[in-house]
Amino acid sequence: MAPAHKHPPGLRLRLYVAGHAPNSVLAIANARAICDEHFASGHELEIVDLLEHPKRALADGIIVTPTLLKLLPLPVSRVIGSLSDTTQVLLALSNR
Amino acid sequence: MKIQPARPSLTKLPTGIQGFDEITNGGLPRGRTTLVMGGPGCGKTVFALQALVNAAHRSKEAGMFVAFEESTTQVVSNAATFGWDLPALARKKLFFLDARLAPEVVKAGEFDLIGMLNLLHAKAQELRATSVVFDGIDVLLSLLDDPIAERREIYRIREWLALTGLTGVITQKIVGSEADQRYSFLQFMVDCVVVLRHQVVEGAAFRNLRVMKYRGSGFSGDEFPISLTRDGMQLTNRGPAELTYAVSNQRIATGLPRLDHMLNGGYHRGSNVLISGAPGSAKSTLSGMFAAAACKRGERTLYVSFDEGAAQIVRNLRSVNVQLAPYVKSGVLRMYSTRTRGPNVDDQFEALRAKVREHRPRCLVIDPLSALSTKQSHIPSADAAQQFLDFLKGEGITVVNTSLMDGLSTDDSTATGISTIADTWIHLSYVVQDGERNRALTIVKSRGTGHSNQVRELTLANGGVSLTDVSVAHGKVLMGVARWERERQELAVAKRSKVAAELKRLQLQLAQAEAAARLQVVETEMEARSAEIELLAHATGSASRLVKTDRAVLRRMRHADEDLRIAPRPGAKVATPVNGGRREP
Repeated sequence: MAPAHKHPPGLRLRLYVAGHAPNSVLAIANARAICDEHFASGHELEIVDLLEHPKRALADGIIVTPTLLKLLPLPVSRVIGSLSDTTQVLLALSNR
Repeated sequence: MKIQPARPSLTKLPTGIQGFDEITNGGLPRGRTTLVMGGPGCGKTVFALQALVNAAHRSKEAGMFVAFEESTTQVVSNAATFGWDLPALARKKLFFLDARLAPEVVKAGEFDLIGMLNLLHAKAQELRATSVVFDGIDVLLSLLDDPIAERREIYRIREWLALTGLTGVITQKIVGSEADQRYSFLQFMVDCVVVLRHQVVEGAAFRNLRVMKYRGSGFSGDEFPISLTRDGMQLTNRGPAELTYAVSNQRIATGLPRLDHMLNGGYHRGSNVLISGAPGSAKSTLSGMFAAAACKRGERTLYVSFDEGAAQIVRNLRSVNVQLAPYVKSGVLRMYSTRTRGPNVDDQFEALRAKVREHRPRCLVIDPLSALSTKQSHIPSADAAQQFLDFLKGEGITVVNTSLMDGLSTDDSTATGISTIADTWIHLSYVVQDGERNRALTIVKSRGTGHSNQVRELTLANGGVSLTDVSVAHGKVLMGVARWERERQELAVAKRSKVAAELKRLQLQLAQAEAAARLQVVETEMEARSAEIELLAHATGSASRLVKTDRAVLRRMRHADEDLRIAPRPGAKVATPVNGGRREP
């Protein structure tokens, strides 16, 4: 399978969600799908429930949910929303 | 935080904006949501922040400020000008959440505010916060780019506020009319709507505040002028509808003893006095004398001047022997010289209020108040002057205002309408006569005071200021040299009549002396006559006594019996041995 994008090695993502809110549930599914499809070779996706870890969210400057943080490779970038717009998500993740 | 049931009675959160708390009977509704809307630069953020700060200062209540538009450091540093000590509060009682989204954030689908609200919930519990401000929420919501989603999130905030029982303030920008807004449903949703307006009328900027809606509470729905001062936002309330000042019967000196006399002892304590007159008619001089008299009594005094600098006023008054410099030095007298800054006088009256609160004077001079009645006659400025004078009344401060006007016409000359609310009105005018221009002083009105109806001439000299009776001759008021001449004439006439009277007196004295002399002659004559009469009487009396004695002696000598005594023989010759009269019995 030839990746559509040059995926950077060691992709590290953190997705903040708010419990089982529709946008959050959708975002988890979308994030997993995108990772599996485009970054199958190597990625790390951490899902953080903001309702359980408000302090972490505060430290990461999370305002809206869902928010996806690309921690590595640098620079850090963030995507907000349900991640339904795959093109936008891929654009943000390939940003280096 | 537990779900709070509907509150049985509405309690209020004071904003610390005194006028606002007055018109809403206490402030913002506690546990409910208030929408503050207005165009750019109206003071929405200041209003919301001031409410938080006040709660933190006054009742040690913690609050949260969510900034969607500015960075929190910006908000804090902007508010640093207000002297609220925000950095210290931010450490303990206030939580600032920077809720801006960086421009590089990519939006990939729909999002919601559940995350933020949960963060705030956690923070509110930690701080035991009672209120929260969402400042500029439209910035974030507009990213959703979907009216239905935006409405959903706003309802989410409302639900959340109801759940947490926090007092919420949401600020919202408006452009154009209030009804034609993207989030107009917000107005229906919230419990209280405050509209701020910034308008420019003929070059004058006016900021106004209006309470559009307040569920479950009475409020005043008019527009009120607001200004941003050093202490934050100030709202100028019209004051109580009922005028219930404490009044004083105490009289205080006007600085001119003769004027005190004309006013039955001086101005009433706590009254406002208007001194009107043409340019150069000694309005400032009279005001200065009032200030000097107040300072002499040791009363704190504030002298506000718009035309001249303080040093110039002090120098000018010294020329008529009114000394202010020592009082300025001792701090009893504060001179405040300023310039009228544009036609919006609300801000300027607010600045004067601040000065009054700062110096706490008992007597105040505003020279001239007409500087604050704008060239363009705006209704707000007329209100502002009245409200300011009402404020002074409430504080019991005696104020002397001067007003520049040439005549006594009440409509155009006092645009501020202060002549109608002045308690005492003294008018200074010029009388031009016989090539001279003289100053005349009249008391137009003085409430609660029998006052002189006489015109007096006001004279300024190095020695001081004095009031002189004017002469009235053949129905004409004489002043200046004409009066002096008239007085000289009267003096000459008086002198002549005095000499004549003296002459008459002397003549009468002479006549009196003559009469007295005549009286003396008669009296002496009387005495002589009565002496003669007495002498005669004496001589007669002694003669008869002698006869009796002689007879007794004779009888003894004759050894006569009783019969002899009864019928002596006539023609008998009797020789008397001792003291003898030779009289025959």
